[in-house]
Amino acid sequence: MAELTYRDAVARGIAQEMVRDPDVIFFGEDVGKPGGVFKTTVGLYEQFGGKRVRDCPISEQAILGAAMGAAMTGLKPIAEIMFSDFFAVCFDYIANEFSKSRYMSNGQLKCPLVVRTANGAGSRFGAQHSQSVENWVMMIPGLKVVAPSTPRDVIGLLAAAVRDPDPVIFFEHKSLYPTKGEVPDGEIVDRLGSANVVRPGRDATILALALMVPRAHEAAGRLKAEHGIDCEVVDVRSLVPLDTRTILESVGRTHRLFTVEENPRLCGWGAEIVSIVADEAFYDLDGPPVRITTPHIPLPAADILEDIALPTVERIVERVRRSMDS
Amino acid sequence: MAKKPARTLDAPQRGINDDIGEEKRLTMYRLQVLIRESEQRAFDLFLQNLVKGTSHLSLGQEAVAAGFAAAMQPRDLSFCTYRGHAHTLARGVPIEKVLGELMQRDNGLMRGKGGSMHLTSVEHGVMGSYAIIGAHLPIACGAALRAQYKGDGDVAVCFFGDGTTNIGAFHEALNFAVVWKLPVIFVCENNLYMEYTPIGDVTAVEHPAADRAPAYGLPRIIVDGNDADEVYRAALAAYVKARAGEGPSLIECMTYRHSGHSRADPAKYRPHGELEKWKERDPLIIYRARLKQFGVADDIIAGIDADVKRRVDEATESCKAAPPPSLDLLTADVYADGGFAWRN
Repeated sequence: MAELTYRDAVARGIAQEMVRDPDVIFFGEDVGKPGGVFKTTVGLYEQFGGKRVRDCPISEQAILGAAMGAAMTGLKPIAEIMFSDFFAVCFDYIANEFSKSRYMSNGQLKCPLVVRTANGAGSRFGAQHSQSVENWVMMIPGLKVVAPSTPRDVIGLLAAAVRDPDPVIFFEHKSLYPTKGEVPDGEIVDRLGSANVVRPGRDATILALALMVPRAHEAAGRLKAEHGIDCEVVDVRSLVPLDTRTILESVGRTHRLFTVEENPRLCGWGAEIVSIVADEAFYDLDGPPVRITTPHIPLPAADILEDIALPTVERIVERVRRSMDS
Repeated sequence: MAKKPARTLDAPQRGINDDIGEEKRLTMYRLQVLIRESEQRAFDLFLQNLVKGTSHLSLGQEAVAAGFAAAMQPRDLSFCTYRGHAHTLARGVPIEKVLGELMQRDNGLMRGKGGSMHLTSVEHGVMGSYAIIGAHLPIACGAALRAQYKGDGDVAVCFFGDGTTNIGAFHEALNFAVVWKLPVIFVCENNLYMEYTPIGDVTAVEHPAADRAPAYGLPRIIVDGNDADEVYRAALAAYVKARAGEGPSLIECMTYRHSGHSRADPAKYRPHGELEKWKERDPLIIYRARLKQFGVADDIIAGIDADVKRRVDEATESCKAAPPPSLDLLTADVYADGGFAWRN
């Protein structure tokens, strides 16, 4: 067991899979010799060489297209898109190509690839380098979508993604890169499609993803200490496949549901979960489900504006308390 | 400009086994007839409402597919556009599988799940037909990257139209392929029209592919895309280069489509007489003359014509008799587990 940053966990996770399987290759912009603009891939070029760790031109379409072509002919590529906002310039591959090729070809074409990307706000980068875009991809049939919140989950879910036979979009959160967590020694392999109850509780279920998990966790501590409200916090981790069993079981115990989402409000992942709960667990609920989200706005650059745009610990506490009181 | 081959229609080499040879020529002739007959049949079946959806025919462009297919090894990988019936047939995919897919029958290549624009036959090296312009150039780069990584000598070939040269993915892929010296061949079939608009009206250079090649450090190669021999020679040279580890090629084949862009297009935008002029240079007319000049007897040519026609007729009948796809295909193969489950 060692303490590791979320940032270093990325390199360890990639290295774990590259050591295991010589068909795993890794490429992206500035990922090799420079070690990544977020320093998430330091040492991989030195360890595995330029044949397996490649620096690409600023050509997101070529990066994802090449990943697809390599995957469908037998390699297991990990491709990096530097900022998830850049999905917009290579969205054809995500929305039309590697997500649909298996279906369109009646199962002939297979695309076992992983697209890693830095997602989310907190860096004061403004509207085009800060977005949480999980909902851009979770709506596309054929994709799997994960977003780890801890260093251990980074390694375990990345391993699961690389070993998965389907294309996986792997969201790393920029603001989590410097955070630390305990990571076991040796190989770590997790499972896609499993949520984690990270804090048990009796009174309400709070679902969160990525950066919102530690915030929900902190809010739950304050809700218990200051208001006597005992919240269960569930790290959703995997949007596709979605672990509805864990979510519905939790709501069945607590009878209240809150989602904490970094994405702007419309069509966020929480909306889908609320609709599932309304459909399948309506009579378990003691009150209306509540979504706590970023407003329907582009993200501002200024720190004081960005800070109030995202769900804060204070906002989560206040919203849960108000709803539970009513 | 590519060097004009020494042997042309004006310099017949009757009975001489030249660099191509009779066997290869008969193969290319058969492929061109096969594509012509199958595409014409697809059009006829569309008029009978038996081909559904859309379809983009390669009538008039047969020599490009035939010339390249004749130069390929079985392990090489083809990437096509929605105008991909010709390239799919040229790799040896059975006619009834192609027509069956166009007719959305259970015997189709993808049992009706892909349709005319997405013909795929991995066992024949047809790694998909792509309907978003430009998308498959980077994908072909990825297949070439695997071939380079494994060092097995496979080559990826990527066919596309003139219109593709104006989309970003074309330029990204060319740069990518050159920088990494990938074994990939980019083949532009310049049929003079992007869809309905003349390519020259919307392109900064005269030759939309070849004139861009020098920007990526590649030679400017233009071939007569209606002459299968010229296409074959250019293809062979590109394959030799790719297998030698010397990187990609970009080849512009000048050709002309006899029909409209898609089934909905009567192609009324073409100047009067243009089609007729190009039909004088019909790839099949050129190639029949070529075969005769090399001493191939009329009855051999007629025999190929009749055999292909019979095969297309048989394929048509078997497709007409084939059932529609089974309904359980609707949710099959979204994910690798065979289904479409997105939750537990």
